[in-house]
Amino acid sequence: MKDFEFHRPSTLAEAVALMKHKPEAKLLSGGQSLLPVLKLELAEPSDLISLAGIKELTEIRADGDRLAIGALVTHAQVNESPVVHKIVPALAALAGWIGDAQVRNRGTIGGSIAHADPAADYPAALVALGATIATDRRKIAAEDFFKGLFETALERDEIVTAVHIPAAKRAAYEKFHHRASKFAVVGVMVAETATGIRVAVTGAAPSVFRVPAMEAALAKSFKPEALAGIGVPAEDLMSDTEASADYRAHLVGVMAKRAVQSAMR
Amino acid sequence: MSGPQGIGASVKRKEDRRFLLGKGQYTDDIILPNQSYAVFVRSQHAHAKIGKIDSAAAKAVPGVLAVLTGDDVAAAQLGGIPCGWLVKSKDGSNMVEPPHPALVQGVARHVGDPIVMIVADSKAAAKAAAGLVEIDYDVLPAAGRLADAIKPGAATVWPDAKNNICFDWHIGDPATTDAAFKKAAHVVELDVTNNRVAPNAMEPRAANGNYDGANDHFTLYTTSQNPHLTRLLLAAFTLHVPEHKLRIIAPDVGGGFGSKIFHYAEELLVLWASKRVGRPVKWTADRSEAFLSDAHGRDHISKAQLALDANHKFLGLRVHTYANMGAYLSTFAPAVPTYLYATLLSGPYDFPAIYAEVKAVFTNTVAVDAYRGAGRPEASYLLERLVSHAARQLKVDPIELRRKNLIKADQFPYQTQVALQYDIGNYQATLDMALDAIDYKGFAARRKATEAKGKLRGLGISTYIEACGIAPSALVGALGARAGLYEAATVRVHPTGSVTVMTGTHSHGQGHETAFAQLINERLGVAIENVEIVHGDTDRIPFGMGTYGSRSLAVGGSAIYKAVDKIVDKGKKIAAHLLEANVSDIEFKDGNYRVVGTDRVKAFGEVAFAAYVPHNYPIDSVEPGLEENAFYDPKNFTFPGGTHLVEVEIDPDTGVVEIADVAIADDVGVVVNPMIVDGQAHGGLAQGIGQALFEEAIYDENGQLVNGTFLNYVMPRAADLPNFKVGNHVTACTHNPIGVKGVGEVGAIGVPPAVINAVLDALAPLGVTDISMPATPEKVWRAIQHAKRGL
Repeated sequence: MKDFEFHRPSTLAEAVALMKHKPEAKLLSGGQSLLPVLKLELAEPSDLISLAGIKELTEIRADGDRLAIGALVTHAQVNESPVVHKIVPALAALAGWIGDAQVRNRGTIGGSIAHADPAADYPAALVALGATIATDRRKIAAEDFFKGLFETALERDEIVTAVHIPAAKRAAYEKFHHRASKFAVVGVMVAETATGIRVAVTGAAPSVFRVPAMEAALAKSFKPEALAGIGVPAEDLMSDTEASADYRAHLVGVMAKRAVQSAMR
Repeated sequence: MSGPQGIGASVKRKEDRRFLLGKGQYTDDIILPNQSYAVFVRSQHAHAKIGKIDSAAAKAVPGVLAVLTGDDVAAAQLGGIPCGWLVKSKDGSNMVEPPHPALVQGVARHVGDPIVMIVADSKAAAKAAAGLVEIDYDVLPAAGRLADAIKPGAATVWPDAKNNICFDWHIGDPATTDAAFKKAAHVVELDVTNNRVAPNAMEPRAANGNYDGANDHFTLYTTSQNPHLTRLLLAAFTLHVPEHKLRIIAPDVGGGFGSKIFHYAEELLVLWASKRVGRPVKWTADRSEAFLSDAHGRDHISKAQLALDANHKFLGLRVHTYANMGAYLSTFAPAVPTYLYATLLSGPYDFPAIYAEVKAVFTNTVAVDAYRGAGRPEASYLLERLVSHAARQLKVDPIELRRKNLIKADQFPYQTQVALQYDIGNYQATLDMALDAIDYKGFAARRKATEAKGKLRGLGISTYIEACGIAPSALVGALGARAGLYEAATVRVHPTGSVTVMTGTHSHGQGHETAFAQLINERLGVAIENVEIVHGDTDRIPFGMGTYGSRSLAVGGSAIYKAVDKIVDKGKKIAAHLLEANVSDIEFKDGNYRVVGTDRVKAFGEVAFAAYVPHNYPIDSVEPGLEENAFYDPKNFTFPGGTHLVEVEIDPDTGVVEIADVAIADDVGVVVNPMIVDGQAHGGLAQGIGQALFEEAIYDENGQLVNGTFLNYVMPRAADLPNFKVGNHVTACTHNPIGVKGVGEVGAIGVPPAVINAVLDALAPLGVTDISMPATPEKVWRAIQHAKRGL
């Protein structure tokens, strides 16, 4: 790991100002993605700006029937939060499947989505639930937020502050995890909210994506059988030592059916 | 002393106190005064000519003490890393034994081959400098995988090794085997591959070399399973410094699994660099470096044929194996696919004829050498897959087919057709024990219950044998070993009766500090709290061969017994004097010397005290003191064996295999500490299941290791494994004084074929007949798809 300057601002404004003035700076949240990257020297930021001192980012609250989760809320807190359990229980369950206990105790929702790992779990949930991501300067629909492999709509110095999630009538996440990393090889979130039914897939492609054909079929009949014969093309999917693209394509179908089954319970 | 502590007592491990408190002293924990640090720049290419090495920028980094290359190694005339075992080809010619300079000279031959060594004040400075070294690579075609290296027209790893063949060796009788196949009613064939695995001990390798100029003396702290072997190789082959000027300390070592047997270049280089820079030099591998530079295990491609008569009795076995050696010959590499593999191909079966050919192959990969089981897992996997395959082809019960062909208890000693003579065993007893443990009769009902959940269930069996405590020295010497394989012990009784044992074996997780203390308790009656086991320091222990091949108790423990025999005998003479009796009338039992048939007794501690305070003492005929050495050279290998049974559940939609149950019954000989023996079985099973379902070091066609991190190299985890049912049936080894055989490797040897046989049993109704290790979800899913299309 190379040397860097460490900052720990106590307000969002201070953090934003620091980011503006340090073009090679990186934001540090739970550090579960950034620290391994630093250790492997895949990134060599001049400055690390820790968000840990910013109290306003640590809250989970109900905002009517919507959920507002501060960017610094850990996966473990999402997993254990009675508010999350009440409004979107599927999200609480998803958070409980991220990484391992150590990762869940340190890793944060804001850090995870800003990192935009293609195999992270949250993107599937946020897209399927029609969440909105709030930053220091604007609000971005989840679908517009995730742009590609480790790529988001965030500007270089933009800071995620919270995630706003509407209540789901029913929703479930099914994950086929990588046996080594525990990341999603394929994770499928199926959610029915006030705006309709969405199916979002993480892990399979460079970025989260929706499956409109599955959504249409489920709108007609919310049953696993409704998805019979509906697949995703393997060409757009990733291949690695754990799963080839066509196996991933197959798993999207299996996990989607299982998610529907779970959501019906 | 609370309760029994001798043979058979599950006393808790003495060493665990320091481990559980985080107070172990590992090589990387040792920081010497004025410590400096080494980092290696390693080849990024599997095969490349090395042109100019520009290290100017690296040398300019503040704190850098030295930047060393292959040219410096050559100028210093350091010896190449030697191979410890010479195997000859069928035609009598020696194996191709290529040079192995400590730093690359001219051509890098695998990814991770060390090219430049940086020594600096801090690891950070050394790393920074390493990043600034510029190397001109002229990339050459690579033989990256075993399957590629044996193809016609494959890239050449070594010009001297035609078709990349290191040696072409054989064992057994081709004529009688041909005759057996001619008269066979059935011949069954199977191609099997044994997947390459990375050892992944929890503690990565490390070495800290210190040259003391005032005394012209070298000390090396290293992650070694056998410090004396490392010292011998450094003295005789690589550093060229005599043994009395070399001290090798292998302190606490966090797992070895074979990978820390070998003498590695880094051990030599830190000693050499220490003399050059005048400071101690420490190197600690990070995990990525471990993946690229530790010797890997397995990696065989084989064809096997089994001949049976009309009654399904085995008539003959024919095996052809390609074994990957990697780019260089590691310390024991040639022995693994020959004398530790093909000699085991009779398994627990009565085979009238066997013939095996083994071609060792160079590839542009890191070396392949002994890994938990070393050759024996490969033999057991091939044979047990083949026998279960035969049962399916012949439509007979795989258990009954085995029962029919197992060596019977009254056939021992049993001479196999592949050199080994098994002294004792009872394979029927372990088979029955394992079947009971898994409730074999209830399997059909369990299968039904699994099917009701929409899954598949299979039961797999493996009846295995292994050979431990490789020996005797004269035999292994005749087979090409360049070392002896005896073991040494010193038993030092202190004046007040406590005991220190110096052993040549090395404990890196095995629990010797407890089990060996139990031997002393058994023989001398001394509480294990009053026994200290010293190992791992060449200045403190007698010349021993270290720990591998499950040899420590069978060979090292026997050396301790021999030394104890001398202690007991000497004590008799002292006791006879003290008790004014004839030596022949003295018996030693339960820690007391007694005049037979009387109540005249001297406790062991009293005799020890007399030996050191010889006021009233037979000084004319007995020397003072109570300390004895012994060297023990075994008469034969020991032969543990048993039955491993595995049940799996498979999700046909995803291909995920879940281990539902594992029941094993081993015969590892006399059990000294049942808890430690169970623990060894558990660890071996985890690694064996790891190989069967999870682990594979995958090289691509260019020789790049594509999954050299824990993000994508799948290690087995506790949550992947069920509670193991472990049983022992004891037949005592006939030729060592304790009756022990060895347990360190049985899990890794016995269980992989049982797992795959279970997977194939589960998939059989779908028409799947073959699957290779590791049986990953995708592979299982694909096999199902393939079978569906075939139907």
